[in-house]
Amino acid sequence: MRLKCEHVWNYISDYIDGSVDAQLRDEIEKHLEHCEICTAVLDSTRNILVLTADERTFELPVGFSERLHARLAEELVGHTAGGDADSSAEL
Amino acid sequence: MSAEGDLIQRILAGETELFHDLIRPCERMVYLTALSMMKDEAEAEDATQEAMLKAYRALRSFQGEAKFSTWLVAITLNECRRKLRIAKRATFESLDEGGTEYEGEFTPAVLTDWREVPLEALERKEIRQAVVAAVGELPPIYRQVFTLRDIEELDVRETAEVLGLSANVVKVRLHRARLLLQKRLAPILKAARTGRRRFFWWSTT
Ligand SMILES: [Zn+2]
Repeated sequence: MRLKCEHVWNYISDYIDGSVDAQLRDEIEKHLEHCEICTAVLDSTRNILVLTADERTFELPVGFSERLHARLAEELVGHTAGGDADSSAEL
Repeated sequence: MSAEGDLIQRILAGETELFHDLIRPCERMVYLTALSMMKDEAEAEDATQEAMLKAYRALRSFQGEAKFSTWLVAITLNECRRKLRIAKRATFESLDEGGTEYEGEFTPAVLTDWREVPLEALERKEIRQAVVAAVGELPPIYRQVFTLRDIEELDVRETAEVLGLSANVVKVRLHRARLLLQKRLAPILKAARTGRRRFFWWSTT
């Protein structure tokens, strides 16, 4: 049985994550061998995921860490860490 | 005991300064989680600070059954939801918890004549900026799942747990988010391959 392109698209995310079963994976790979369109879809999606996982793509605002630690420092001086009832109730 | 567990014990025993070291590896993750909820950098930074303070005050309730970073992400999501509720109340809007799935087709961009994009094209700042913008434009329910899975690299189970969703819903939303991003970004990647001049003709001529 030949897979249609639309069918391959439905499983593209699971295929990338390696969570399709062996039979479906084989069928998808057979389809990819002769289908340029699905190969382009897969390839471009992978490119995008490489970019989003790359730490240089999403950067912290300038001075973010300094401001965070300065704010924490104020809190750490006066208070011990612990079991604050309000915050743990929200977890 | 893990280095992390050891740090936590010492902080609880009074070496409060060590909290700085404990959270340092998680700052980026917490900020990006907040950004996926708040969308505005200043609000996300504010929510990050609040979440870290809450984590400090509630540190004793961390049981170590989850990863510390995942526990922080859960606190951050709660803090963001609290802020969003307050903001909505101020404007008399009802709070859309973002549970609605979107109807319609989720199909990829179909590109003919696709060839591999060279690494140096992917490395361009303009491409990275386009990626950041496209993620920011995703509907919130897809942006949240995508951020946790494909930016922070939590697994499906952890993502489902912190968002209070089933693993299946996580997979469906992730799939849709990826297709929406592919649709938006693949033509830009393709154009980048053929050269900066053609892609940015509007800004270079
Ligand atoms: Zn195909």
